[in-house]
Amino acid sequence: MAIWLNKDSKVIVQGMTGATGMKHTKLMLGDGTNVVGGVNPRKAGQTVDFDGTEVPVFGTVKEAIEATGANVSVIFVPEKFTKDAVVEAIDAEIPLAVVITEGIAVHDTAAFWAYAGKKGNKTRIIGPNCPGIITPGQSNVGIIPGDITKPGRIGLVSKSGTLTYQMMYELRDIGFSTAVGIGGDPIIGSTHIDALAAFQADPDTDLIVMIGEIGGDAEERAAAFIKENVTKPVVGYVAGFTAPEGKTMGHAGAIVSGSSGTAQAKKEALEAAGVKVGKTPTETAKLAREILAG
Amino acid sequence: MDLFEYQARDLFAKHDVPVLAGEVIDTPEAAREITERLGGKSVVKAQVKVGGRGKAGGVKLAATPDEAVARATDILGMDIKGHTVHKVMLAETAPEILEEYYVSFLLDRANRTFLSIASVEGGMEIEEVAATRPEAVAKIAIDAIDGVDEAKAREIVEAAKFPAEVADKVVNVLVKLWDTFIKEDALLVEVNPLAKVASGEVIALDGKVSLDDNAEFRHPDFEELHDKAAANPLEAAAKEKNLNYVKLDGEVGIIGNGAGLVMSTLDVVAYAGEKHGNVKPANFLDIGGGASAQVMANGLEIILGDPDVRSVFVNVFGGITACDEVANGIVQALKLLEDRGEQVTKPLVVRLDGNNAELGRQILTDANHPLVQRVDTMDGAADKAAELAAAAK
Repeated sequence: MAIWLNKDSKVIVQGMTGATGMKHTKLMLGDGTNVVGGVNPRKAGQTVDFDGTEVPVFGTVKEAIEATGANVSVIFVPEKFTKDAVVEAIDAEIPLAVVITEGIAVHDTAAFWAYAGKKGNKTRIIGPNCPGIITPGQSNVGIIPGDITKPGRIGLVSKSGTLTYQMMYELRDIGFSTAVGIGGDPIIGSTHIDALAAFQADPDTDLIVMIGEIGGDAEERAAAFIKENVTKPVVGYVAGFTAPEGKTMGHAGAIVSGSSGTAQAKKEALEAAGVKVGKTPTETAKLAREILAG
Repeated sequence: MDLFEYQARDLFAKHDVPVLAGEVIDTPEAAREITERLGGKSVVKAQVKVGGRGKAGGVKLAATPDEAVARATDILGMDIKGHTVHKVMLAETAPEILEEYYVSFLLDRANRTFLSIASVEGGMEIEEVAATRPEAVAKIAIDAIDGVDEAKAREIVEAAKFPAEVADKVVNVLVKLWDTFIKEDALLVEVNPLAKVASGEVIALDGKVSLDDNAEFRHPDFEELHDKAAANPLEAAAKEKNLNYVKLDGEVGIIGNGAGLVMSTLDVVAYAGEKHGNVKPANFLDIGGGASAQVMANGLEIILGDPDVRSVFVNVFGGITACDEVANGIVQALKLLEDRGEQVTKPLVVRLDGNNAELGRQILTDANHPLVQRVDTMDGAADKAAELAAAAK
């Protein structure tokens, strides 16, 4: 099972022939991901050799889907062209688009998100500015290292890439059903709530770890959702207690504005919804371990 | 990036939002000539990125050019809530104000779109109006693709119950303000107050604009809007080197990879500091994934150049990048700094975990640098770094 991504996922890479795309396509293939094609209008018809695996390049997402039956696209194109790439994926009605690119103007994200809505939300968007999604042992789409952890029964959703890795590492002996990095931008596609709902419905997930950070109110809304809809145990972590007001902390969305978006408020909201919140990543992992041990 | 009022005024003017004439200066003498040009009197307004400047004495009316020089002399250098006034704007004096309104466009993170907020009760903080008289504040969602045309602007005007005699004029302001919001890649454009004056005109008397730093690639003009005077010198030096750095007020220098991990590192150090003389993190510094020895050296140089720093915590989780590369980076960075003639005297605590952690740790052990200590857990390393900072205090 797992969520959104499994061994049957057929993946295309928009921006495969760029340096980042090449590097990560090779790694994804190494992790067993079924990469069936790349997209680059200027290199259509060529193939790229990744250690003996020949991957064809298509001119458009639509052509790639028609030729391969792809149902996932991962997007590595530079920030200037990302909006057009996502719009193309939406037009082709690919079920899942994972946007890795960092530094996208928020007006561009707002535009492709609105466009997805107008097209009937046929494409689930993850990101932008995210590490991607991994279902260990089955498929890995994005830049998450494939060898940190093994398949298991924990579901993980996080705004941060490195904290995703840290948590997967802390709990590597237990393993994960799916880990998804949703990204740290002010506007993102899939949210904590989308992942929580999917993990709640996934029979292969027993416990959910949710990682948040300062900025916005996504964690507060996730807390309200958990209270009403999630019966599986949820363990939480929030980064940025010491972040000063009005300063962007690395991620474009990680900013405390006035009294809103603080880590303290998020922690309190999660705890009020029955979520056990760790003070550090290590303590959070310990809480998860204790719950699973019963 | 938040702009000063004068920069907001200039952007409004560029997009035909009605504003009063105004010019910015940083020396008082220039106030005379500008005030003469503005008709012999002016309003002298402190340029600070914080609210409440009027109450703090940062806005004064000058009835003559000489008085404008005197008021500018008073206000320049003034401290307003911790912000030093480096510039004042001289604005044309407003005609008699009959009413004050509020209008803005902003990013609505929760709904993943844009939002318009409007009220006929302007002149004070909108949060205050929203708290005390929520019925006086209209919030209208804006579709990011459809945007704001005249019909949408009229919907906002009706929702906020603007008086009929100004409706057309406010519609015009809203359309122009939306133009500013879209064309400048803004996260916020706010006019407060939007004033109805005796002539019947509607004018933006004060405004706030925040721009999206991520959109700088299509706005080369953003570069000159950066407030270089106010930037902390360390932050300015870090920006020169393309490092993602924020100066904080503690004693433990922090370097890590990934924004989330670094934020978390700050927290973990602050907790550890509670047991060690209350030391705190001195900065946020994310060197990103796959950082080279060069980047590590640049980061270390900034942090070691911070006189507040007593110890340094390098916290790296090797994801795609292997820890042996990171360890080599640290060793080479220290050598690079020594070759540059930098005196490295502050202790470094290094925690490496993840991909090839064992190899990386071995490299540090073998290098046996007298200032580098290895601690292999994040919490343990934070504790050690805090302890060393407290001891050096």
